[in-house]
Amino acid sequence: MSYPETYKFTREHEWVHPHGAEAKIGITDHAQHELGDIVFVNLPKVGNSVKRAETFGSVESVKAVSDVYSPVTGEVTGVNDLLAQKPETLNEDPHGEGWLIKVTLTSPEELQALMSSAEYEEYIKAE
Amino acid sequence: MSAAPASTLKRTPLFDTHIGLKAKMVDFGGWNMPIQYSGILQEHHAVRAAVGLFDVSHMGEIEIRGPEAARQVDYLSTNNAAKLKTGQAHYSALLYEHGGFIDDILVHKISDTHFFLCVNASNQEKDFEHIRASSRFDAQAEFASDRFAQLAIQGPKALPTLQKLTQTYLSGIRYYWFTDDFVDGLPARIAHTGYTGEDGFEVYVSPDSAPRVWDALMSAGEEFGIRPCGLGARNTLRLEAKMALYGHELTASINPFEADLAWIVKMDKSEFVGRRALESALQSGIARKLVGFEMIGRGIARDGYEVWIEGQPAGWVTSGGPSPTLNKNIGLCYLPVAKAVPGVPIQILVRDTPVDGITVATPFYKRAKG
Repeated sequence: MSYPETYKFTREHEWVHPHGAEAKIGITDHAQHELGDIVFVNLPKVGNSVKRAETFGSVESVKAVSDVYSPVTGEVTGVNDLLAQKPETLNEDPHGEGWLIKVTLTSPEELQALMSSAEYEEYIKAE
Repeated sequence: MSAAPASTLKRTPLFDTHIGLKAKMVDFGGWNMPIQYSGILQEHHAVRAAVGLFDVSHMGEIEIRGPEAARQVDYLSTNNAAKLKTGQAHYSALLYEHGGFIDDILVHKISDTHFFLCVNASNQEKDFEHIRASSRFDAQAEFASDRFAQLAIQGPKALPTLQKLTQTYLSGIRYYWFTDDFVDGLPARIAHTGYTGEDGFEVYVSPDSAPRVWDALMSAGEEFGIRPCGLGARNTLRLEAKMALYGHELTASINPFEADLAWIVKMDKSEFVGRRALESALQSGIARKLVGFEMIGRGIARDGYEVWIEGQPAGWVTSGGPSPTLNKNIGLCYLPVAKAVPGVPIQILVRDTPVDGITVATPFYKRAKG
């Protein structure tokens, strides 16, 4: 699976897709592959705030639970309710239908520090 | 993920096979083992519905031979080894003098003077030292792990798959019996045992034979949709069947009565290691016991999570996770004996958030007997 050029990536294998003042956040294809079958997703509520590099939820595979860290600071404006019913969507389409939350970007400059898709692909190769 | 570099990890004779199958490899107690191939859920369902093949060559083998081998094994283990018939196996335990588990084991009686023990991978050296130190009778223990690979073929189609490769009439091997014969023309010990709650066999072969036997089983099972299965599926399958895992349900500070394994302790037999501690445990009564539970609220219990009852800490989760067969989140935990019965409302502390659960009867899954 390719990593979209319009997305930015963290070292903890989250992606953020900025769109105007908002952004969608999810975990990368590499992350879902490492986790294996995802069976449970724990997400914040709309209106909660998230902070860059702080955990906002968790993703559980059959084997283990993993924290998800926010790539950016903002306020949650949307949560992917599909994942409560179909957590496997995260395995099937991690960069699309398997998004986790939508946030307002309160500090858009934070995006600068994140990796581009090319940089991220290099990063996971080296890992 | 792992503390030790992959190069120092031990490998089974099937390591190259796993790499060829693009398995995800992990450090499992010092062994480089496949955790999954296609995916834990798919592998789990394959075993429940058809057939799966596991490499469990990391498991240890210890042989005990001598004129008094039966008495020696009887003294070392909790179950009644002296009552085993030749060709029969049983589940048993090695205990410390204080009654806690050294290991849980399978004992196979090869003959009146020869017993074959299958023990846990990470306990094998400790077990062997204990067995040697507990020598009381005319029998010798031999560390035999290097001479055996072990493949587990499990699922409703395990028998027809394995039957294609052996002339032994497999339906004639009763559950927890075994026979020495050939698989694909290679010498093999075929045991009607397993760790999945499904019907199946555990096949012991020489390390050299393992890759060929693996390939032969995969081909023989193709028509049934056989899948190679990793330790991930092995764990979800055994948890549904409420089979204990050393290091989780069983530890040095847990005795068999607490672990709900009174059935493998034969107090009416002669002296055995741990007996005195178990006698006093029976007299004073045990404080805690293993019980199954299901999650009611949203959340998955994991090993080590605290269990609360009526707002007070009451115990801990030993194993927990999703049950792919039942589509519920299940687990096992230790609770005060009075609460270790089905129907008790509990709360699991899931990463600091209490989530409702309820104790239930076990096993969670029991196969329909064919």
